[in-house]
Formats: sequence, structure tokens, C-alpha cells
Amino acid sequence: MATIRVQREAFDPGAEINGFCTRNPTSGGIATFIGQMRDFRGESRNDGEVVTAMTLEHYPGMAESQLAELVKEASGRWPLDDALVIHRIGSLVPGEAIVLAAVAATHRGDAFAACAFLMDWLKTRAPFWKKEATETGACWVEAREADEDQAAKWKR
Amino acid sequence: MPAASLTVLYFAWVKEKVGLGAEAVSPPASVATVSDLIDWLAGRSPGHAAAFADRKLIKAAVDQVHAPLSSKLGDAREVAFFPPVTGG
Repeated sequence: MATIRVQREAFDPGAEINGFCTRNPTSGGIATFIGQMRDFRGESRNDGEVVTAMTLEHYPGMAESQLAELVKEASGRWPLDDALVIHRIGSLVPGEAIVLAAVAATHRGDAFAACAFLMDWLKTRAPFWKKEATETGACWVEAREADEDQAAKWKR
Repeated sequence: MPAASLTVLYFAWVKEKVGLGAEAVSPPASVATVSDLIDWLAGRSPGHAAAFADRKLIKAAVDQVHAPLSSKLGDAREVAFFPPVTGG
């Protein structure tokens, strides 16, 4: 069923979503989430640095298996027809999509919930690390406690 | 008994501090848990020591599955250390 892709190449979220809808003509509800690299438009981050680019490191093998595991967990909790997760690695520039999650179900409630769940767990479990480049150097993005809280809501 | 030869992987700033992405190690039999392994690895170089200085910041995976630091190594073949993930 599900499609998992971890890739260096940029992707077109619109085209991916169109393809996903076409592949799932019998699903009445499709929910999607796109995470993109913010374009700070020359504005400073909290620390006064301007972010110009981002690099995403991953744990080859485990990144893919964790994403597959998340989709499997979602499929066990909600009746899903299909799921798609695409995650970028390597160098990104502002405006590019980092991640796309799409789920197809018969009804919207299951689709919305499963998509939110996938992203909340992905943020705390999938082994990817962001490094932001600024004009003066590069630093690793720190994990946010809010993400842990968000993921914990789905524990059962 | 832990495996005689173990692949240890490092990611993100843990990798930068250690100065290596991967290494094959043969810890002594007394190294039974992930936490024991950290103690043992920290003695290998100043870089290792710096990477593991604050283990509250360290997450681990044993054979590509997330594992608390108290996990037994058993016959694990691959252990990875990294900071909390920040993808998505």
C-alpha cells in the first residue's frame, strides 16, 4: 500500500498530491500536510542570524524503516486506503518542501487524524536532523519540547 | 554477552564532536547496556568525551530501533547515537 520516499531531489508537492488522488479514486477523503523551508526574506531568526540554507542529515535505513513503521501504526489506528510520505535530505533552499504526508480514507475524520498523527510522530521519531546555515556559520536545529508534547497526545 | 564486534554510528552534532560517522568496536564483556557503552566510548578520545558529556542530550537506536539508554545490548550489531530528531 503505502509509498515512502527519502530523497535528495526537490519534489513538486502539487504534482505528488495529484498523482496520489488519481491513484486512489475510491477514497472520499484525502488529507495532506506539506512542511516547507521557511523563507525568512532576509529577516533575522531570534538570535539575529539570517538563515540562508538548510541541510538535512538522516540515518540511512532507519529513516525509511521508521517512516514505514509510522504509516503501519497509523493504518492500525484508522481505516486508511493509502498513504504517502516523502522526506527530503541534503541541501535545501527557502521555499522548498521538506516533507509531504498524504493519507487517503473513506471519510475526512480518519484522514485528518491519521495525517496529524503521522506528522506528530515523524517529528519526534524519524531520524532526520536539520542544520541551518547562516551568513556566519551553521548550527544544528534544537528539538522543541512542544513537539514531544504534541506526539505524547497520541500515546495509548 | 555483548557482541564481540559492534558497529557504532554517530549523527548530527554527535558525529561532529566524535569526529567520526562510524566505527567498529569490541567492547569488553562488562559493557552490557547502551549506557555502559556510552561510558566505555567516552574514554576513547577527547571528542568522544565531549560528545557524551551530557547524556540527557543523547538518543540511541539499537539495530535501527529507538532504545532507551538502559537497554541491554544483547547481541546487537549496530548502535547509533544522535541528538533528538528535528526532521519534518
